[in-house]
Amino acid sequence: MAELKDLVIAGRTFTSRLFVGTGKYPSPDILRRSLEASGTELVTVALRRVSLTGPDPTLDAIDFGRYLVMPNTSGARDADEALRLARLARAASGLDWIKLEVTPDPVYLLPDPAETLRAAEVLIKEGFTVLPYIHADPTLARRLEDIGCAAIMPLGSPIGSARGIKTGEFLRIIIEQASVPVVVDAGLGLPSHAAQAIELGADAVLVNTAIAVAADPVLMAEAFRLAVEAAAKGMRAGPIEQQAQAAASSPLTGFLE
Amino acid sequence: MKLIINGEERTFGQPPATLASLLDQLCVPVARTAVELNGSVVEKHRFEATALREADRIEIVSFVGGG
Repeated sequence: MAELKDLVIAGRTFTSRLFVGTGKYPSPDILRRSLEASGTELVTVALRRVSLTGPDPTLDAIDFGRYLVMPNTSGARDADEALRLARLARAASGLDWIKLEVTPDPVYLLPDPAETLRAAEVLIKEGFTVLPYIHADPTLARRLEDIGCAAIMPLGSPIGSARGIKTGEFLRIIIEQASVPVVVDAGLGLPSHAAQAIELGADAVLVNTAIAVAADPVLMAEAFRLAVEAAAKGMRAGPIEQQAQAAASSPLTGFLE
Repeated sequence: MKLIINGEERTFGQPPATLASLLDQLCVPVARTAVELNGSVVEKHRFEATALREADRIEIVSFVGGG
């Protein structure tokens, strides 16, 4: 089992290992209360054209003083679009953290590895703190780490699919090899999926749809918080090794010999 | 004066002299907003000093909920 280290990304320490996306909540108030219940310290946002008919109330629900607000490049289909979004996001937020996602495929929203690597190279040169969303590809993860990405965000399964950890064997290799934090992003549908990611040795998880679209998002946010905390605590406690055979937990001697 | 704002052509009877006055006229708060003028990002501290010209293409973006 992998050992759980303190979570530090680009010099910033996080107590919570649950990152939360802010899309698709039924109301700004439910978003605000869900973020609170999740215990998160990092939330993601997207960048879009402003409505000239009135401001988006979603933003008012996010306390920019309380959370590190990391913009994503969602919607980008190639590196150039991602660069454009990242530069605008930095100009808007004044922060250089960016979740880099390049997803040309509209059906599975799988990330394009070549375009992601190309965009990451440029953004790092421009001083961004880059957290790339990638498939669970250990070679790509290593390349991205080598060029200076602050963390790696491999997927468990396609975005919003709620299918859980389908990439476990490859996440394990990424985690084994990475010296930057690994954040399992996308596809987590249940609190147990998040726990499973942490038990694989991931440093954190990012959850959006599973919380936002649940019948009770605030309660689900709390459930994810508890699952992530339980798994992290279990990892700290030093899990036992798996065995092929039984090992009795009651004494086998002393009466029915 | 005609400007293309977020892909739509708009005509201004009282042309905004600068980017800052355009945002003001449109009631767009500067905080957490970014602007692209003819394809280049304009930093916030340049809004006041950035003059607008006929047919400028302006993109005004801000944050929305997202994963």
